[in-house]
Amino acid sequence: MSFTENVDTTVPSAAEPFKPQRSSEWARFWKKFRRSKPALPGGIIVAIIVFCGLFAPWIAPYDPFRPEFGAMLEGPSWAHLFGRDELGRDLLSRVIHGARISLLEGVLSVALAMSVGVPLGVVAAFFGGKLDIVLMRVIDVMLAFPGVLLAIVIVSILGPSLTNTMIAVAVYTIPIFTRIARSATLALMKEPYIEAARSMGMRNGRIMLRHILPNITGEITVMATLRIGIAVLTASSLSFLGLGAQAPTPEWGSMLASGRNYMLIAPHIVIFPGLAILFLVLGLNLLQDGLRIALDPKSVDP
Amino acid sequence: MFHFIIRRIIFAIPALIGVSIVVFLMLHATPGDPAQVVAGPEATAADIENVRKSLGLDRPIVEQYLHFVGRAVTGDFGVSFKTGRTVVEEIGHRYLNTLQLAGAAMLFAVVVGIVSGVLCAAFKYRALDNIILVLSLIGISAPAFFVGLVLMIVFSVQLGWLPLTGNDSWLHLILPCVTLGLANAAIIARVMRARLIETLDSDYVRTAYAKGLSGFRVITRHGLRNALMPVITVVGLQMGYLLGGAVITETVFSWPGLGRLIIQSISSRDLPLVQASVLLIAVTFVIINLLTDLLYGLVDPRVEVA
Repeated sequence: MSFTENVDTTVPSAAEPFKPQRSSEWARFWKKFRRSKPALPGGIIVAIIVFCGLFAPWIAPYDPFRPEFGAMLEGPSWAHLFGRDELGRDLLSRVIHGARISLLEGVLSVALAMSVGVPLGVVAAFFGGKLDIVLMRVIDVMLAFPGVLLAIVIVSILGPSLTNTMIAVAVYTIPIFTRIARSATLALMKEPYIEAARSMGMRNGRIMLRHILPNITGEITVMATLRIGIAVLTASSLSFLGLGAQAPTPEWGSMLASGRNYMLIAPHIVIFPGLAILFLVLGLNLLQDGLRIALDPKSVDP
Repeated sequence: MFHFIIRRIIFAIPALIGVSIVVFLMLHATPGDPAQVVAGPEATAADIENVRKSLGLDRPIVEQYLHFVGRAVTGDFGVSFKTGRTVVEEIGHRYLNTLQLAGAAMLFAVVVGIVSGVLCAAFKYRALDNIILVLSLIGISAPAFFVGLVLMIVFSVQLGWLPLTGNDSWLHLILPCVTLGLANAAIIARVMRARLIETLDSDYVRTAYAKGLSGFRVITRHGLRNALMPVITVVGLQMGYLLGGAVITETVFSWPGLGRLIIQSISSRDLPLVQASVLLIAVTFVIINLLTDLLYGLVDPRVEVA
């Protein structure tokens, strides 16, 4: 196996930087994607949850906010597949509406983290020197707060709310993208076409935008898929701790928090929202495996 | 060797300074007048003025920060608003509880992770391998609070084998430590499996088989030893995740540790307790990372120690 046969030797044009555009390239992407066994089931799980999130008001059988005090904690039945919660609200409807919130939490916070983290990483690697050292020290400080602790610190400053949770998760995710963008850029800096662009007198900003960014998109996309799953987990954890989405919002984590007091008599009210988070994160993890193979420039065509 | 240790310690200092700045700024970043925040909601105007004076909030911010660090180094974090006891009194035993929980979880993760990883590699591509792989994926994807609640429903409520919450005996430790360590066990199992399969494919393992050694001996003597290095790195990296994850697990199981204290103090707006607990966890994390680095340098002869 030689590497050269897969390395794109032409300078990528700006109009269609990375994404395969022609149908044959989509076919190649699909073929590679299918080589990963778990990718398709993962994609299907994610697609179902995204569908639920997009069309929640139309497919949810009941109003997720309407209480029915006569039927509190009712177990699953044909009329209410997931049963009812502690206020008698239909749990299935709440879980379906929760898909919207969790997806929003995951996608928005990762998008925010990417839009800050990736440019920082590219700039740090491109210019190097003192700028690089200072930026990396700042990132080190962010990474010195283990796990969700950084997110907790930020929410405690901003105050608990859904929006602040997303900001906190985004900040907590920035270092990941800065690091991966930095190392990917460093690897690219040795490529001859970067050298060529420089000697042609191309401005730095243009090189970064047209030659570096398009070529690290693959790695960033794979990482983003993985991080959306982790962001969903983190955001729902914050909501579970009472620092995220507040009471009537059908957020999966906060549904578990309010339901846990009743779980001894009605376990279904924690089981279903919990499974929903589990499936979404599982689906994203599986999907990520396929994307990793399909978007890796070094993976050989089937 | 000496230089290597010194250099690593010096590298850790900027992170520690940064952490102390962030924790210090928590007071000033919180919306509203910091003196009002510290004095509490029922304070009179005179109280607030007193607090401002005693904390030095009327002086330049750099001076305030140096003052904060000076006090933090000597272990003086002030007094909890709620209980009136000093912060050090409040967090001391809770810190030990968190370390106990995180340590137990790490032990669980290492033992379960390595054993299942080895089983996977030994039964590569067969049923057992696939079952463990699927379980490990679920372990990585499941939110800890959900795992904790399910374990409680099954083992405490349905079966009645283990206590629900608290930390009165070692039995109380089992469910929290499984909850906290599950994701790590899954990650370690996956790394172990991948490395062991790679190692078992190498020439010297083939030689060992050719010598007539049994499969068990080959795996333990030749495979495991060489596959363990990456696992040590993962364990070091994951220790931090455990300290962070403890916040959630402690809340689920009412485990009286630092993590639960942070959450309680955030909701009761007891800022000195939050600051001290966050600082303590972050410093512990930096020190653990430093020790992992040093250990790695000692164990692996290929790491440049000069």
